[in-house]
Amino acid sequence: MHLPISDKIELNILHQNSHQAEKNKIKFNNYNLLCLNIMSSPGAGKTRLLEITLEDLSKKFHSAVLEGDMTTNLDAARLEKLNIPVVPITTGRACHLDANMVSGGLKLLEKKINPNLLDILLVENVGNLVCPAEFEIGEHFKVALLSITEGEDKPLKYPIMFREADLILITKVDLLPHLNFDINELKSNIASTNPKADVIEISSITKSGFDLWQDWISKKILKFKNN
Amino acid sequence: MHEVDMTKCLILSMEEWAEKKNKKKIVVEKINLKIGEFTCVEPISLINTFNAAVLGSWLDSSEITIETIPFEGKCSKCNRLYFPKKENGYKSPCCNFNLEEIISGRELKIASIDFKEK
Repeated sequence: MHLPISDKIELNILHQNSHQAEKNKIKFNNYNLLCLNIMSSPGAGKTRLLEITLEDLSKKFHSAVLEGDMTTNLDAARLEKLNIPVVPITTGRACHLDANMVSGGLKLLEKKINPNLLDILLVENVGNLVCPAEFEIGEHFKVALLSITEGEDKPLKYPIMFREADLILITKVDLLPHLNFDINELKSNIASTNPKADVIEISSITKSGFDLWQDWISKKILKFKNN
Repeated sequence: MHEVDMTKCLILSMEEWAEKKNKKKIVVEKINLKIGEFTCVEPISLINTFNAAVLGSWLDSSEITIETIPFEGKCSKCNRLYFPKKENGYKSPCCNFNLEEIISGRELKIASIDFKEK
């Protein structure tokens, strides 16, 4: 046996995932396809948000969804009713999508439609405020939802998720009159964690805020297509 | 739970590294990690998961060491460095400014690998 050698490699632990995420992004770019990674805790309203969003969005832009779920295809089945291409990705015991899963989902999507014909790919991640934040999938933007029933303190308790997000949607704001909830405190906590994030208040019941959200997406797609 | 996936990524990175070194001719003694405080990783969970995952494999005798990298921010008003605290909303204690620039604490790195040639 020889003397020990120390090899200083300074390599990201998640480099395998990051490498695949970079390959996914190159594919999205080659297809001229904007990809959004939609994340939140379970029950914050991701699937309902997509249902309402896609009713209008798919009239203006060719859209598709990769639907991450741990054990069922229930959410994918809801979105398939909108007559857009939907690929379910069942993660099993994994509590987040990773770049390899999204690569596999993209291959299945390619069998359903030529991605060159698409403008936007919405990836609904598994409901979880911890893991999805650390695993890149090749997205262009991260969108985090936070429902007001979760409490004002969540950006401080789960800072990585809200720090990484480009846009934070505060959902279920129609419930504000019925709850002892301080939305200004929530916004202050979001600003503390991520002062650069865009923030939109939204309700899937009254549809308030959907105009701003649709506008945000439209601008991102048009800017992406023009670059 | 994500420590399992982090461990998978770590082992894959180790496999990739070992292929370049001729895996059969080396014994890995230590894998030295740098983990930032502002990440989703719990060091003890990562160590336990790794130890369970490598049982009976070529990494069975290797040990994980973790250097914790402090979470440090920079006040965007006066440029002073500070350690952001959740209790203070991560704001700078000097000027009470929101956390804009993170200097350190997001590291998830294999810093170095200590090994012997057989």
